[in-house]
Amino acid sequence: MPINQEEFRPLIVAFCCNWCSYAGADLAGSSRLSYPADVKIIRVPCSCRVNPMFILRAFEKGADGVILCGCHPGDCHYSTGNYYARRRMTLLFSMLDYLGVENGRTRVEWVSAAEGAKFSATMNEFVEKIHSLGKNVRLGDLRCRN
Amino acid sequence: MQELIDRAKALLEDGTVRRVLGWKTGDLPYDPEPAYFETPESLKDFVYNGFCGANLSKYMIEASKLEGRTLVCLKPCDTYSFNQLLAEHRVDRDKAYILGVGCKGKLSMEKIKAAGIKGIRSVSGAELTDPAETLFFDTLYGKAEMPYRDAMLERCHVCRGKTHAVYDALIGDSKDTTDADRFDEVRRIEALSPEEKFAFFQKELSKCIRCNACRNVCPACSCRQCVFDSAKFDSAQKANADSFEEKMFHIIRAFDVAGRCTDCGECSRVCPQGIPLHLFNRKFIKDINELYGDYQAGADPTAKAPLTSFTLDDAEPNIVAERG
Repeated sequence: MPINQEEFRPLIVAFCCNWCSYAGADLAGSSRLSYPADVKIIRVPCSCRVNPMFILRAFEKGADGVILCGCHPGDCHYSTGNYYARRRMTLLFSMLDYLGVENGRTRVEWVSAAEGAKFSATMNEFVEKIHSLGKNVRLGDLRCRN
Repeated sequence: MQELIDRAKALLEDGTVRRVLGWKTGDLPYDPEPAYFETPESLKDFVYNGFCGANLSKYMIEASKLEGRTLVCLKPCDTYSFNQLLAEHRVDRDKAYILGVGCKGKLSMEKIKAAGIKGIRSVSGAELTDPAETLFFDTLYGKAEMPYRDAMLERCHVCRGKTHAVYDALIGDSKDTTDADRFDEVRRIEALSPEEKFAFFQKELSKCIRCNACRNVCPACSCRQCVFDSAKFDSAQKANADSFEEKMFHIIRAFDVAGRCTDCGECSRVCPQGIPLHLFNRKFIKDINELYGDYQAGADPTAKAPLTSFTLDDAEPNIVAERG
């Protein structure tokens, strides 16, 4: 099948915690549940490892959407990491929204190691959302270009 | 002001304090600068008037490392910054003698210039003992006057009260200057469409020259090693290579002080480009107040900061999208 060069392929960065969501992504794979290849997974030790700067940097380098996945609140491997991540991300996303970045481009989902189906469904849904928002032109005309 | 000088002189002479941290007369009648005074004689240059907007609490980080106590003059809003630094163990309470000075609102030279008053030779009506109703100017072009309120810094219009959060002694009267809600402008921007928000911040932030004045003056921005000093960081100390960098700089800076910012408004006061930087900090403060309960950094040095604590039923980050 010829590849349509014109078609918009979003670039999505997914930060997944090592203990739950990364394993959840693995499970999605071994269960043969598909999710778009536009999602690039970055494994982090814990959702609270994600510095707000990582998210900004992802947008700077050309991401159209960024999603953070971690253990469900209460299930963090390090007991409380995701509670801190939750507060930080809430504030950061609110700030990005305030700056004019559409709030659909940022998302947090709690995915456990047993939720392969949720992982795949979330990613499908998120990619669709980014598809509808289109290219990240607002940060796009600002970010570094190679 | 004479009362202030006399008090400082007495404390210097009886050895209670080794030095005084206050303001001295600048080159022009409206630009007093922060200064140390180590001898009773040097206090002749001491000045405290409506133009002394600088928050001196940050200087106490270095002064805490010096021998002996330092007398520091703090306005009501500055005491919150001091308390916050105290909570972070950056200043030593025993090394500071806090002289809480009264405040009738601080003045903005930009607003005076914008009112068309130029070539100022002398100003009166800005002393602490004055009623702070009208400012009188003697300019190269004759006499001029303007209402004190119209020349006040933005932060004084949204002042959170004239009570000192921490002090050893109080001097001078204060006057309530609040006549606006500090979140009004934040609410106005929140209600805009993404395109309009983006256009607004693009316009404001493109003025940034990365002089780092906002960072250097901010009492909350006092990390020993700053992320912006790292050569590996995209927005490191240099001119911006693209327009994302200034945004990145200001988002990161506001985020780093989120939950610790006392809203002293120094960032906006010192910005040579007139960028309303307080809008970032106030957005975080507003979100923290709405989502995690009212919190005023520095009001209670033993309180837990919102970003270093949590509750089991905090709002989910998706609330941002839900509330629109």
